[in-house]
Amino acid sequence: MKKKGLISTFNWIILCGSTFIVCLFLGVILWDIFTKGFSSVSWNFVSSFPSNGMTQGGILPAIVGTVVLTFITTLFSVPFGVACAIYLNEYAKPSMLTNIIRASIRNLAGIPSIIYGLFGLALFVQALHFGTSILSAGLTLGLLSLPYIITTTEEALKRIPNSLREATLALGVTQAETIKDVVLPKALSGILTGVILTLSRAAGETAPILFTGVAFYINGVSTAANQEFMALPYHLYMLSTQHNDIEQVRPLAYGTATVLILLVFMLNIVAFYVRFKNRTQD
Amino acid sequence: MCDLKTERKTNMDSNKLRAENLNLYFGKKQILKNINIDFIKNQVTSLIGPSGCGKSTLLRSFNRMHDLSPEARIEGKLFLDDLNLYDKKNSVTDIRRRIGMVFQKPNPLPKSIYENLAYALKIHNYPKHEIPELIENALKESFLWDEVKDELKKPAVKLSGGQQQRLCIARTVVLRPEVILMDEPCSALDPISTKKIEELILKLKKDFTIVIVTHNMQQAQRISEKVAFMYLGELIEFDTCDTIFNHPKKELTQRYIGGHFG
Repeated sequence: MKKKGLISTFNWIILCGSTFIVCLFLGVILWDIFTKGFSSVSWNFVSSFPSNGMTQGGILPAIVGTVVLTFITTLFSVPFGVACAIYLNEYAKPSMLTNIIRASIRNLAGIPSIIYGLFGLALFVQALHFGTSILSAGLTLGLLSLPYIITTTEEALKRIPNSLREATLALGVTQAETIKDVVLPKALSGILTGVILTLSRAAGETAPILFTGVAFYINGVSTAANQEFMALPYHLYMLSTQHNDIEQVRPLAYGTATVLILLVFMLNIVAFYVRFKNRTQD
Repeated sequence: MCDLKTERKTNMDSNKLRAENLNLYFGKKQILKNINIDFIKNQVTSLIGPSGCGKSTLLRSFNRMHDLSPEARIEGKLFLDDLNLYDKKNSVTDIRRRIGMVFQKPNPLPKSIYENLAYALKIHNYPKHEIPELIENALKESFLWDEVKDELKKPAVKLSGGQQQRLCIARTVVLRPEVILMDEPCSALDPISTKKIEELILKLKKDFTIVIVTHNMQQAQRISEKVAFMYLGELIEFDTCDTIFNHPKKELTQRYIGGHFG
């Protein structure tokens, strides 16, 4: 009895300790970035252009670039990803072929992002003549996001019990109507959570946009699809490793990191709100 | 119930639902073996038998719920009146509207009480102004109206299990199907809710033909005119409630009724 108690205390310490360590790392990182970054974040910082060889001024074009880029990624990856997941989970008969499709999608999720960058360069920039542009970069990030969106959406659909589908089918409702009116609304919070987590990851990616359209510096804010653009993660990378006076621009780098994290947080708050609203509805 | 049935049978014998030489396979496994059965209009027929004997499978073949399982294969013919249920010309949504189904576990839609009934009416293009009245009637018919009339906007999942099941029956009834299939509708309910559902079934048979799968022998005796006993995918005996429970012709039926296996 005593020994059992000891073991369970020991287990408890291990589990709690692991959780604590994980949270500690996260806390330290956030604290470090926020304390060093908040001093340089101001209205001026988020609303003006870089100046004096990027030693002064703000990061407006990078913010706009990242927002527009994420928007293009969403437009491309969400409709295709969700449609593909609906097909796989609701329509496809279990067969060798669908198993292969599913396995391939899971494997795609494991491919390093730099490979997507090279693939985007070959396909969108060169073969399709989109040039190095925000469109090419957005599509590349979309490709990167697709496997995650398909997988998380399929998981969300799988969690909907079959009894719910049978309920409407038995009333003479077609399968398409059942999916549209019952399955998707019920799975919406799960789908959105997956989509937003994927997009917030995509928004912070650097490697896939490196060859496909991101620029060191552009003059003015351009949202045209065929233009190069600035993006927060690349701007951060550039400020912290490529600038000729790294020490001087360090506060700006931390400020950029703070803004990037805040943007991703905002996306996650949307996901949180949707889940909360959905839970209170049932 | 049992004693009433013989007189009724003679004057209004009309077959509503029928299976002819029905064989059903899941993959290589045969689940139903050469089933021939008729269900008579405005009667309650119970399907009884041990778990896995194919009662639910038989029930679900009438409203074509097996269409969703790619491994299911059906041979033989099924009819609703003269309509061949598996003829490719006939639309499955139309068939399911005429043959409603109530499931083992209450499965209300994640919508309000009102919307649970309104949804299928809207899908089947009932005129908008008729919908509230149809819903009220169906809820009254299902003994649920008095309990929910002040909170029709409430999410259906907030109702108790028994109320949810009566809502599912109301949802079926509101479409005025000709047949209602019930797959152990009381197995997840307490005795009081079960009693209410049984009263409801006895009332509904005036307007509908009811086929019910049940594990509860007393329930089968209380509510049905006819009883079909199935075992290992075969229809062993199909007769009046009285005959099956009081002087069954087959020894297997006798042993099952007597509780020797099951």
